[in-house]
Amino acid sequence: MRLFVPLTITFVAGIIMILQFFVPATQSMGESLQEWYMIVASFAIFIGAANLLQVHVHRIRFKGRNWKYSPVTITGFAAMILTGLIFGIEQGKPFDFIFTQTMVPMGATMFSLLAFFVASAAFRAFRASNWRATLLLISAFIVMLGRVPIGAMIWDRIPLISEWIMKVPNLAGQRAVMIGAAMGMVATSLRMIFGIERSYLGGAD
Amino acid sequence: MRRILFVLPLLVFTGVIFAQSGGIASGDGGDCFILSLTAEDAPNDAGGGIDIAWTVAPNGAEPDSIVLERLDGDRVWSSIGTILPVDGSRTDDELINGQEYTYRAVSFYGGITGTPSAETSATPGKQWIHKGRIGMLILLTLISLVIFYYIEQGKRGKDLYIRRIAGLTAVEDAVGRATEMGRPVLYIPGIMDMDDIQTIASMVILGRVAMKTAEYGSSLLVPTCRAVVMSVAQETVKESYLQMGRPDAYQKGNINYITDDQFGYAAGVDGIMIRQKPAAIFMLGTFYAESLILAETGRSVGAIQIAGTAMPSQIPFFIAACDYTLIGEELFAASAYLSKEPKLLGSLRGQDVAKLFFMIVIVIGVLAATIGEAWGPAARVAEFLKTITSVG
Repeated sequence: MRLFVPLTITFVAGIIMILQFFVPATQSMGESLQEWYMIVASFAIFIGAANLLQVHVHRIRFKGRNWKYSPVTITGFAAMILTGLIFGIEQGKPFDFIFTQTMVPMGATMFSLLAFFVASAAFRAFRASNWRATLLLISAFIVMLGRVPIGAMIWDRIPLISEWIMKVPNLAGQRAVMIGAAMGMVATSLRMIFGIERSYLGGAD
Repeated sequence: MRRILFVLPLLVFTGVIFAQSGGIASGDGGDCFILSLTAEDAPNDAGGGIDIAWTVAPNGAEPDSIVLERLDGDRVWSSIGTILPVDGSRTDDELINGQEYTYRAVSFYGGITGTPSAETSATPGKQWIHKGRIGMLILLTLISLVIFYYIEQGKRGKDLYIRRIAGLTAVEDAVGRATEMGRPVLYIPGIMDMDDIQTIASMVILGRVAMKTAEYGSSLLVPTCRAVVMSVAQETVKESYLQMGRPDAYQKGNINYITDDQFGYAAGVDGIMIRQKPAAIFMLGTFYAESLILAETGRSVGAIQIAGTAMPSQIPFFIAACDYTLIGEELFAASAYLSKEPKLLGSLRGQDVAKLFFMIVIVIGVLAATIGEAWGPAARVAEFLKTITSVG
């Protein structure tokens, strides 16, 4: 019974989702299932928030490792909830002000770190240690040159070669990955729907 | 060769083309600016829709406005919208299935009503098969049969060779290394929710990794970006620890929710990496721009990193920054590979045969399209292959 119920739910939900793709008359069933998922996910937000508070309160209470960061998290959490509940979340309200003045720049800061990480990762990836890495280095060099004005100034064909690399070998590789992944998705879905893969239920037979 | 012989009949079976048919009611407009007005049940829908199409007289006097009208149940014409004085079409939806609807177009010249177009009628209804997806349905059925065939072969104990995947072979070494160093294992299941197949695959692998950490006695940290993923991860890890006979070692607090915000999550996980210095980091699931931020930070703390995703745009970042990368399908093969269960390995073999089938289709398609430039029958073969492998 411990396995029967979840496996049955998985089977029924999986079959409905496959059916609704091929049988238009059953689309409403698929849409209902997706709506149910949204409802469950909405409730889960409360579980997530409760978990966040629980973890940090526990850390402060028992003076866990790096506990001094936890009051910052709880303060931020409480500030956003209280300003949202008391003043509303419309533009110009304290909630919106805190969001645009703290969350947005912090998110942009994290995103901008990518520029430095790309440089360090590219440095390692482009080291010509073997013929494949050398090939990668040469193609990357051409693609980069083709995307800046100096590339066309050196030789007007460089942007065309750059475009060809992106549109032919690069796209072919990406599509190969996508086709392989699609096969994997089909196999994984079948394993889950027909209860062949049960490790997420503890792997018991 | 045997595999090719197995795949070729699949190509033959797929040689079924379903002709699409359906009655179209049309009205001739006579002297009207609207030359013809047609209405038909909207194809491939769940019902309630009628497709209306019109053509206009090329040399007719252009009206100021044209109103499309529908005859209601109480026999009164009501407007359903205005249309431009060019050939076009639109769908009238949210109608009652099985009830006949009549349409006409009325032109207006300086506020004066012109001659209405001829009336046209259609009845909306549910479709029981999506005609643009029949080819895909046949392919999916055949692929599924192949996968089930090999699962059965696996169950019967047939020896199925599966190629070595370095990233998965390294899982045990990575967990062992973390145990020896007395540092935790960090598992990042991507940033998408449980309705994403990659997150589902990641949860299955998490179960296997949790078995290893339970066996070796190392600490497992799972920060999540979605509350549902956190709940599933907690249950998965708990079940794995129970199965390994170590329920006492399971720590619910180590599997926690951080935030739904993409870069907020990246910052939170980076913080965990810097503070806790995990010896092994698994990044398996759906990743976007945060992939390189996480992978480079993990590298900076000296962790052995195993990443895997089916996102083509993020794979290069993982390859550049991680020790091992599972590319595309390898992510979905991981659970079967780690478990070594014959029936799961059988599904991997089936997956490989299906891939071989598509490789043959691609080669035949490329050849047919190329030869088809000069020879008609080859062009028809190319068109047929395009039809059965496309989703309408």
